[in-house]
Amino acid sequence: MGKKINLTIDGKKIQAMEGDKILWAALENDIYIPHLCAMKEQQQSPFAGCRLCFIEIEGKPRPVAACTEPALEGMVVNTRSESIDRLVEAGFNLIMSNHHIDCKNCAASGACELQKIAKERKIRLKPKKLVQLDMNLPKDHSKDCIIYDPNKCVLCGRCVTACRTEGTAVLGLAYRGFERMVTTFGDIPLGETECSGCGSCANVCPAGALIQTNK
Amino acid sequence: MKLTNEEKTAAIETSLRVLSNYNQEKGSLIPTLQQIQNELGYVPSPAMEVVAEHFNVMKVDVYSIVTFYNQFRLTPPGKNQVKVCMGTACHMRGGNIIMDSWKRRLEIDCGETSEDREFSLDRVACVGCCTQAPVTLINDEIHAKVTPTRVEGLLYAYQLDKDKENKKAGEDN
Repeated sequence: MGKKINLTIDGKKIQAMEGDKILWAALENDIYIPHLCAMKEQQQSPFAGCRLCFIEIEGKPRPVAACTEPALEGMVVNTRSESIDRLVEAGFNLIMSNHHIDCKNCAASGACELQKIAKERKIRLKPKKLVQLDMNLPKDHSKDCIIYDPNKCVLCGRCVTACRTEGTAVLGLAYRGFERMVTTFGDIPLGETECSGCGSCANVCPAGALIQTNK
Repeated sequence: MKLTNEEKTAAIETSLRVLSNYNQEKGSLIPTLQQIQNELGYVPSPAMEVVAEHFNVMKVDVYSIVTFYNQFRLTPPGKNQVKVCMGTACHMRGGNIIMDSWKRRLEIDCGETSEDREFSLDRVACVGCCTQAPVTLINDEIHAKVTPTRVEGLLYAYQLDKDKENKKAGEDN
């Protein structure tokens, strides 16, 4: 650890620390790779659930996720190609097909990671070919300082990690398939849990599902 | 669903007894939950809390496991267990309509138990008599070619039986 290595991303020669994942090496050198679930502090055990940070590495037959692939000396990486763009667009469309799109009234608008991905990769926010599936779950207003809207959740799991490292570990992922959601033990509202209201979940939420209010 | 105090103590006692046979190895978490479900018929939240403490994991993680697997129930099973077949044949013959009428009549969702603990509603995948689709099982008794009217009829028949029993019990006293 601590050794510097050289690699090429999109024709740009960059340096990275040995053991760093390619995603972080690229982001630190102003090369954007779409990502939702990745957290720098967790890079040694990435969640790798959003499936958006695909890249191509010369010599590898298939695209790989940038958040799980360690940077190695002399690596040649491509972040854009026809097949990568298609993969990312398909993944993004699937996420957006059950994301409650309401940018006009959304507190996260402007700082939203989804908007950023759509802009960077020129993908429509509202997928054209997929039916919009709204879960129509109730918003949780029970905690004074946090509003949780499960319909906007993209299941990246960042709030769960943040809640465990900085908060009181009340959040978790439960249920399966389409019903999967971020929730608390027994699905009780946040206001009735041991939640300290630290807001670390809202800080890391990329999609405006968890919003901190200044009450 | 609110648990009674007896149910809560039973849940905690059973889980502690089950847990005494297991070490703190995390691999035993699911077998423990399975054994609790075998003994109680469901996995109540007090039991999940005890289990979480024993294995030193977050209680929300235990909840995550219990909600992930269909095998686990969160509500106590009712006196009468209604199981609606949602296998391929039954599905094609309108199994979901039958499911909906049970939900509407019992006023509960799939996997839940009615407030008076008389009925619980579940979905099953094929009971092996696809020619009779759509099929509903009530306490392992097969009801074939069910229609929404038949659902009403079955519940009415159940009500009559219950009234008769009550009357008989009244006479005996």
